[in-house]
Amino acid sequence: MIRFENVSKIYQVGDETVKALDDVSLSIEKGEFVSIIGPSGSGKSTLMNIIGCLDVADMGQYFLDGAPIENYSEKELAHIRNKKIGFIFQSFNLIGTMDAAENVELPMIYQRVPAKERKRRVEEALKMVGLYERRHHKPNQLSGGQQQRVAIARAMAGEPSILLADEPTGNLDSNTGKQIMALFRELHEQGHTIVLITHDPEVAAQADRSIAIHDGKIRKEVAA
Amino acid sequence: MIIQSMKMAIKAIASNKLRSFLTMLGIIIGVVSLVVLVSLVNGATGSINDSIDSLGSNSLTVNITSGQDKPLKLSELDSLIENEIFDEIAPTSKTSVTASTSYAEENVSVTGTTTAYMNIEKLEVASGRFIMNPDVDNHSDVVVISEDLAVDVCGRSNVVGETMKLDGKNYLIIGVLESSNSLTSNSDNSDYQAYIPYTSLIRLSDGISLDISSFEVSVNGDDLDKAETILENVLLNRFDNDEDAYSIFNRSQIAEAMSSVNNTLSLLLGGIAGISLLVGGIGIMNIMLVSATERTREIGIRKAIGATRGSVLMQFLIEALMLSLFGCGIGIGISELVIVIVNIVGNVSYTMSISIVGISVGFSVFVGLVFGLYPANKAATMKPIEALRFN
Ligand SMILES: Nc1ncnc2c1ncn2[C@@H]1O[C@H](COP(=O)(O)OP(=O)(O)OP(=O)(O)O)[C@@H](O)[C@H]1O
Ligand SMILES: [Mg+2]
Repeated sequence: MIRFENVSKIYQVGDETVKALDDVSLSIEKGEFVSIIGPSGSGKSTLMNIIGCLDVADMGQYFLDGAPIENYSEKELAHIRNKKIGFIFQSFNLIGTMDAAENVELPMIYQRVPAKERKRRVEEALKMVGLYERRHHKPNQLSGGQQQRVAIARAMAGEPSILLADEPTGNLDSNTGKQIMALFRELHEQGHTIVLITHDPEVAAQADRSIAIHDGKIRKEVAA
Repeated sequence: MIIQSMKMAIKAIASNKLRSFLTMLGIIIGVVSLVVLVSLVNGATGSINDSIDSLGSNSLTVNITSGQDKPLKLSELDSLIENEIFDEIAPTSKTSVTASTSYAEENVSVTGTTTAYMNIEKLEVASGRFIMNPDVDNHSDVVVISEDLAVDVCGRSNVVGETMKLDGKNYLIIGVLESSNSLTSNSDNSDYQAYIPYTSLIRLSDGISLDISSFEVSVNGDDLDKAETILENVLLNRFDNDEDAYSIFNRSQIAEAMSSVNNTLSLLLGGIAGISLLVGGIGIMNIMLVSATERTREIGIRKAIGATRGSVLMQFLIEALMLSLFGCGIGIGISELVIVIVNIVGNVSYTMSISIVGISVGFSVFVGLVFGLYPANKAATMKPIEALRFN
């Protein structure tokens, strides 16, 4: 469902050009749990942003569900992010003025899901991550691990076809990180497509397949 | 989506109440000044117009300035108003005297005139009667006084049949006028008014002779300008084409001048208030720009989650609109309060002008939209990854 063909992303800062992605080709199928591993600055986030339609490639083509992404307007890209992609960020990225339930509800508001259905799915998603009791807590009243679980609930609530997680455990201690990883495996078992970005080989190893990236180039793919 | 945007806007406004209030302050002050000033001017205009109406704006006043070689006599007056556009004519002559009783004394403006004066000036008698023809014919020493004069000099208002001294000469009080808060024609500062027969005034004051120096004419219908032209011809004829012998004073011209002054005043004050509303709008723009920058990350998150440019635009625009409308609502409330206080303190009964309330609501919507648009657009066009990277 995700297919990159010779994708490159080049940043120009002053005189220097940085090839954040250099001729990357890859494909990820529906239901897969793939990890992308590489050192800092290797282009992992750039890759994820392009997969998640937050950014566009400078060269090459990206096909999502068979259709090239460059044909879409900005508005259509927003709808794709809304319906097909569930983002989970290293820094959680919850909206600070909203409580847990409202954060989880947000993608469904943009999907125009009716209020009653939203309420049901907020409850379902928060129960799945075990934070239903904390639904009225603001992000700053939650621990890092709890915030990340709310973020996962938010990503799930929109019922996307792909979950994109950029170092979801990067800001968490190893125990909490393990809990989050357990949650991902559970979601994978339920049939969700997951792309997980990490620089931690141990975390990467928990995926079905691992794609190693270095200086914007794919080094090797390892099947688990 | 609009309902959701409104909920978000209310949340955003409520989450920083002090700042929201300060933002709204500009609009509040603008609306209060607009509504209160225009309502007060309208109220004042209304009461001034009432006063002008009660002056009897269907009368002309003529002053004979020269023409001493061919003086106008009392007996001739009726011949001046033979044209049927004229109704009644009354000579007037004024002097200032001291009115006294054993109770008190005051300076009073005395008008010497005839019976017709009462109708021309639309005076109302509260008790007794006004000057009648025999009083004029007999040079009677009778006086009709205003109610406040009766109260202040005689001690009470029902004084018909008693006597009052004018410059030491005894006058029989035959009538007391109803008090009116009209502006008097050749307004003396003092409200004390006394009316005596024209012929009697001549004896009271050395400076006044039987020659008429000024008179008033009431007009049938309301074509005062036409009546003025006709009177002009009559007088030209009477004074051998000497245009400088007399001057005609048309009261509808004061009314017109007055209302144009009031319109100018409304426009001027409304304009000033409008400017303060605009300044309020700039305040909203300023805060919304700060808010858009502060919430860059939130905007990035929303866009990553699926907010379109349109929905972010809507969210910010509605927030700006709500700020200005809340401000406007508070402003209207405060205006009502101010008008109530003015009414109590000033002992008047001004009402809030509904049209200006409508105008201020419309203007607030306009200000909110116009000044909200730029920040909203700025927020909406942020690139999601750049917004997410913002700290
Ligand atoms: N907006 C940008 N402007 C200029 N250079 C950029 C920009 N974004 C990324 N880069 C460069 O592209 C390269 C890849 O960045 P990217 O954020 O994808 O790395 P990463 O693998 O996610 O690193 P980390 O593990 O530290 O998050 C880096 O060299 C970075 O400096
Ligand atoms: Mg990164």
